[in-house]
Amino acid sequence: MANESVLHAKNVTIRFGGLTAVSDFNLEIQPRELVGLIGPNGAGKTTLFNMLTGVYKPTEGEILIGGTSTKELKPYHITGLGVARTFQNIRLFKELTVLDNVKIGGHIHYKYSGTSAVLHTNRFHDAEDEAEVEAMKLLDIFGLRRRAHDYATNLPYGDQRRLEIARALSARPKLLLLDEPAAGLNDSETRALMNTIHDIRDRFQIAILLIEHNMELVMGICERIVVLNFGKTIATGTPEQIRSNEAVVEAYLGEPAAEANL
Amino acid sequence: MRRFLPKTWWLRDLVFLIGFVAVLYGLWIALEYGALYWPALRYPSRILVLVGINITLAVSLNIINGHAGQFSLGHAGFMAVGAYTAAYLTTKYFAPFVNKLPDGSAQQFLWQSLFLLLSIGAAAITAAIAGYIVGLPSLRLRGDYLAIVTLGFGEIIRVVILNIEEIGAARGLTGIPGWSSFFWVYFFAGLTILISHRLVMSSVGRAFLAVREDQIAAEAMGVDTTRYKVKAFVIGSSLAGVAGALYGYFMMYLNPGMFTFVKSFEVVAMVVLGGLGSISGSVVSAVVLTFLPEGLRYVKDIYPNMRDPRMVIYSIMLIVLMLTRPQGIFGRRELWEILSRRKDSIPKDARDGGDADDKLDRDAGPPVT
Repeated sequence: MANESVLHAKNVTIRFGGLTAVSDFNLEIQPRELVGLIGPNGAGKTTLFNMLTGVYKPTEGEILIGGTSTKELKPYHITGLGVARTFQNIRLFKELTVLDNVKIGGHIHYKYSGTSAVLHTNRFHDAEDEAEVEAMKLLDIFGLRRRAHDYATNLPYGDQRRLEIARALSARPKLLLLDEPAAGLNDSETRALMNTIHDIRDRFQIAILLIEHNMELVMGICERIVVLNFGKTIATGTPEQIRSNEAVVEAYLGEPAAEANL
Repeated sequence: MRRFLPKTWWLRDLVFLIGFVAVLYGLWIALEYGALYWPALRYPSRILVLVGINITLAVSLNIINGHAGQFSLGHAGFMAVGAYTAAYLTTKYFAPFVNKLPDGSAQQFLWQSLFLLLSIGAAAITAAIAGYIVGLPSLRLRGDYLAIVTLGFGEIIRVVILNIEEIGAARGLTGIPGWSSFFWVYFFAGLTILISHRLVMSSVGRAFLAVREDQIAAEAMGVDTTRYKVKAFVIGSSLAGVAGALYGYFMMYLNPGMFTFVKSFEVVAMVVLGGLGSISGSVVSAVVLTFLPEGLRYVKDIYPNMRDPRMVIYSIMLIVLMLTRPQGIFGRRELWEILSRRKDSIPKDARDGGDADDKLDRDAGPPVT
């Protein structure tokens, strides 16, 4: 069973000095599953993402991606295992074109030696042609083709968010991690994004784990939701279960007793 | 144009190479004959050789500082490694052999060319090794720290050379034959530009740029940042070694004092002035910054009573240039990009429509919900 899941986090704990940012976190994600990760600010969601992508190493516990332990792996190895991510505060390659951003996303698939690059060997032409075609396909899906040769920094905010997703998909992941994809988007853009995320899952047949504060989005598309508070998992379940979970309501709205005192 | 070229990659490159060599050779012969009939041409043509060496240096440093975004201040050190390697091999083994051959014979010319290529190849390899040894530990650092460490390593290389008796130590290395002709210098300058251009248009170059733009994002995209940083550093150092070898043949004498950090700063000034990351910018500013101090020598002739204001004017011009264009002459773009963008960017955007809104969006930041 363990080998079938795209991601398996076992008793993951990370401490920064005296602070336990995430403690005893367990999660198993099956292929093509859409999982939401919610929790108040500072709950440890992004820290968890950073552990899943190898930026931080867990103090305790283990993360398996497609059955492979990530203990000794660097972030760029983990990308090779099939995990791609976006960032909470957009991290595009600003001074590069939209097209180049997507091509770099697929870096692991279009690699060749510097010698091939300098001599323009057939290997170079094959890889570059493929990179161009694949990148253009992705840009088409996200409606960014006409901006392909613009610099990423010149894109409007919503397009930058979408470009980040396109860039992550370019790595052909099995698991896509989205860190607050709807941050800063208005209602109609958020609704469009919901559809996009759903489409991505169906079209690319990948699992998606997303952090989001926008409840409409999380409740609307996620099949399973994990709630973190102060680094601890306080609830896991379907959107309906989470909505009626007391611990969750408490974490978000405060204790009922405190409310009564008002 | 494309259809007249052969399809196989090495044949196509060979055609370009032959064309390039032919053009260079023609120019060289023209220049040599010109200087024969018109001796006043000798001085500018010597400066032209120096320009070629500086182009190689600036373009090679641009790979490290501009493309990979790793601010290195030790370029003179790698240049010295290359210079000394080539000069030592030449004075010790190659020149005595060539000198025995009859002067001006085709045989001598061929052997000399072969030995030149050999020693420049050796210079490139040793400089690359030096770059690897220096780069591996220091490229873990970023920004100012990297600059300081590379500055230190550059000086260490110089001091090491200063203490090797075999290559002349403080006395310097003498008796280097003057093999740096217009042809060879521009052959290697062209090669450097080609390597740098083709790298930046490839997945390797894209990885360099990704490292420059955002290391964390680059790692998340599967780019092994340390590896690409070292790669850029090694390629840049290696080409600096080539420039150094040519510099040795040009000066016909080497002395560790030629490769102090001042030399590194000269090259950094060229790269920054041209625009970090712009190959054509590096070339243009290498030309300008080599000709400028030479051209300013004539200022003294106009005002014979004044002290030589050459370097004062040079510095002031540098300051004015950096004040008016802090991003460098071409910024991060290439010359042709700037030219083509000016022409078609406005009508293309107007055709798409909606760009006015984009501008508004960006200035307003994320929309408030």
